[in-house]
Amino acid sequence: MHPSMREELVESKPDTEAAATSAPVIRVENVHKTYDLGEIQVHALRGVSLAIFPGEFVAIMGASGSGKSTFMNLAGCLDRPTRGRYLLEGQDVSQLTKKELAAIRNRRIGFVFQGFNLLPRTSALENVELPLVYSGIPHRQRVERSMEALRTVGLAGRGEHHPAQLSGGQQQRVAIARALVNNPSILLADEPTGNLDSRTSVEIMEIFQRLNEERNLTILLVTHEADIAQYAKRTVTFRDGKVRHDVLIEGRLIAAQVLPTLASVDEDDEADASDGAEAQA
Amino acid sequence: MDFMAVLRVAMRALARNKMRTALTMLGIIIGVGAVICTVAIGEGASNQVQEQIRNLGDNIVFISAGSVTQGGVHMGSQATKTLTVGDAEAIRQQVPLVSKLSPGVGSQVQVVYKNQNWYTRVRGVGPDYMDIRRWPVSEGSLFGQHEVAAASNVCLIGKTVVENTFGDEDPVGKTMRVQNLPFLVIGVLQSKGQSPFGFDEDDTLIMPYTTVQKKISGIDWLNFIMCSAVSNDAIAPAEQQMAALLRERHHLRPDEDDDFIVRSPSDLAQAQAQAGRIMTLLLASIASVSLLVGGIGIMNIMLVSVTERTREIGVRMAVGATEEDVQMQFLSEALVLSLLGGTAGVMLGVAGSMAVSSMLRWPTLIPPEAIGVAVLFSAGVGVFFGYYPARKAAHLDPIEALRYE
Repeated sequence: MHPSMREELVESKPDTEAAATSAPVIRVENVHKTYDLGEIQVHALRGVSLAIFPGEFVAIMGASGSGKSTFMNLAGCLDRPTRGRYLLEGQDVSQLTKKELAAIRNRRIGFVFQGFNLLPRTSALENVELPLVYSGIPHRQRVERSMEALRTVGLAGRGEHHPAQLSGGQQQRVAIARALVNNPSILLADEPTGNLDSRTSVEIMEIFQRLNEERNLTILLVTHEADIAQYAKRTVTFRDGKVRHDVLIEGRLIAAQVLPTLASVDEDDEADASDGAEAQA
Repeated sequence: MDFMAVLRVAMRALARNKMRTALTMLGIIIGVGAVICTVAIGEGASNQVQEQIRNLGDNIVFISAGSVTQGGVHMGSQATKTLTVGDAEAIRQQVPLVSKLSPGVGSQVQVVYKNQNWYTRVRGVGPDYMDIRRWPVSEGSLFGQHEVAAASNVCLIGKTVVENTFGDEDPVGKTMRVQNLPFLVIGVLQSKGQSPFGFDEDDTLIMPYTTVQKKISGIDWLNFIMCSAVSNDAIAPAEQQMAALLRERHHLRPDEDDDFIVRSPSDLAQAQAQAGRIMTLLLASIASVSLLVGGIGIMNIMLVSVTERTREIGVRMAVGATEEDVQMQFLSEALVLSLLGGTAGVMLGVAGSMAVSSMLRWPTLIPPEAIGVAVLFSAGVGVFFGYYPARKAAHLDPIEALRYE
């Protein structure tokens, strides 16, 4: 990202008013996570407290080993804290059973991964359906909702394509559709642009920003790329298992405005460019 | 996750690696096929023995004159002359467990008709004999009490003897010479084939025992008494009662051996059938070892599959699959694998046993319940050997699984 572009962009409104009035989607209170590796104990999180409110778009940053991945795993209910409380929409989920956590992941959390993690040799539509299968939604409704989710990410009509027939950007959009299909309270994206070129990365950010604005969807985005973090509204930086910085982003980037300026830059990626146009339509 | 979805996922996973799936199933196919084949052959053989037992006669107890030791020398069987018509009468009157009885004497005779001759066995018996043996005449009629009393020169003639003397001629009503005496053929015996003990039952003449005693052997004792017990259960007590009665009538001291032998051929045949069943069981259990090996093959492939699909498992867990969902998925995959293999194995087994009976002429019989048991058993193998891999999949940590390369 060129720093010169930043001036052209409209600044985002900080959501301070919203934060003050509504209850947080995520509230972690003095959370510790310790991994017992036999002889040594690894303190991945050492007392993290954080509140994330509805409609926030938070970039989680930090070096590897900073605790950001551990935090994301806890936030995504893939793991339980050793100590402390985690309230998801007011419900304490820190002591739930594995089965209860699975249900929460299924209904309230959408995951987007760096490696897309789509099921191979399975159509895009069926990939998107997956969470609905586990929440026991009947087949016809599953198909309807999955088609709708694919439309949202600009992949209407691609439902029958298998991951191998889709570009990286399209695969990630299928993954986003899968994360959205159950109308989750939060979307957790772990380095979603790590495997994508810069133009496709901005396209993904465009989708995230659109979901964030239009649906008031709360998004947590783990990234180590500072320019990607600029598309969020708030940055939380981890270091040594603690939150070091927690700031609102000033001069936030708006992907929809960045994209037209990139069209000429990445001429070598025609395919993705045309897909991007489709996504806009 | 509903049942159809589970099944569809399992089918798709198996279809993804068709070669591997087919090879894994082969273990179960061969195992089930082998079990079905051995059971079919074993049941066929045992069915044949049962048929022979039924052929043997009606709850038969057979008393033959025993061997005796005279001055330390063992004489041959039926060497004693102590078994008499009186004994037969005593049994008839004093042992109520016996329903039918026929005295018997046996000999070998030369038979001549026109220019043909034949050497055969002759049995002198009472009118009940044919009934006890369940051995009807196919043409002509039986002799009765009158012919026995008169020691008439009448005989029934077995198929083998007919073929060798009369050829194509109808023997009924004809006179043939037996040991140079003229005998009227009054009936032809229905063909009985081989006895369970291997000799040709049709190579025989049957006539009143009085005729054989007086005109052929020149004896006044009996070689055997053949009886029918009132029921199958009555055979053993009837044997004991008859033995006791005969010992008493023959004035045997307690330290003396019996001078007669009481046997029940159905016992022998039962023992033979039992031995056959044990053999079948043995062969089937050897065959089922291959089913076990097939099961281990399933386990092996399922473990490979779980490792290969670690990321998939992680994704499924991340989007809300519970441990039960994952376990169910892999278990149903193993189950589908083994059930398909089991079904194909049944078909192979049925085809194999049909091939055996048409090529080797062995009787085969597939009991319907064996097919059900084979399919259920292969399903059991699938569940048993699929359980561990499925459990391993279910217990994966979603975080680790998602990170797995």
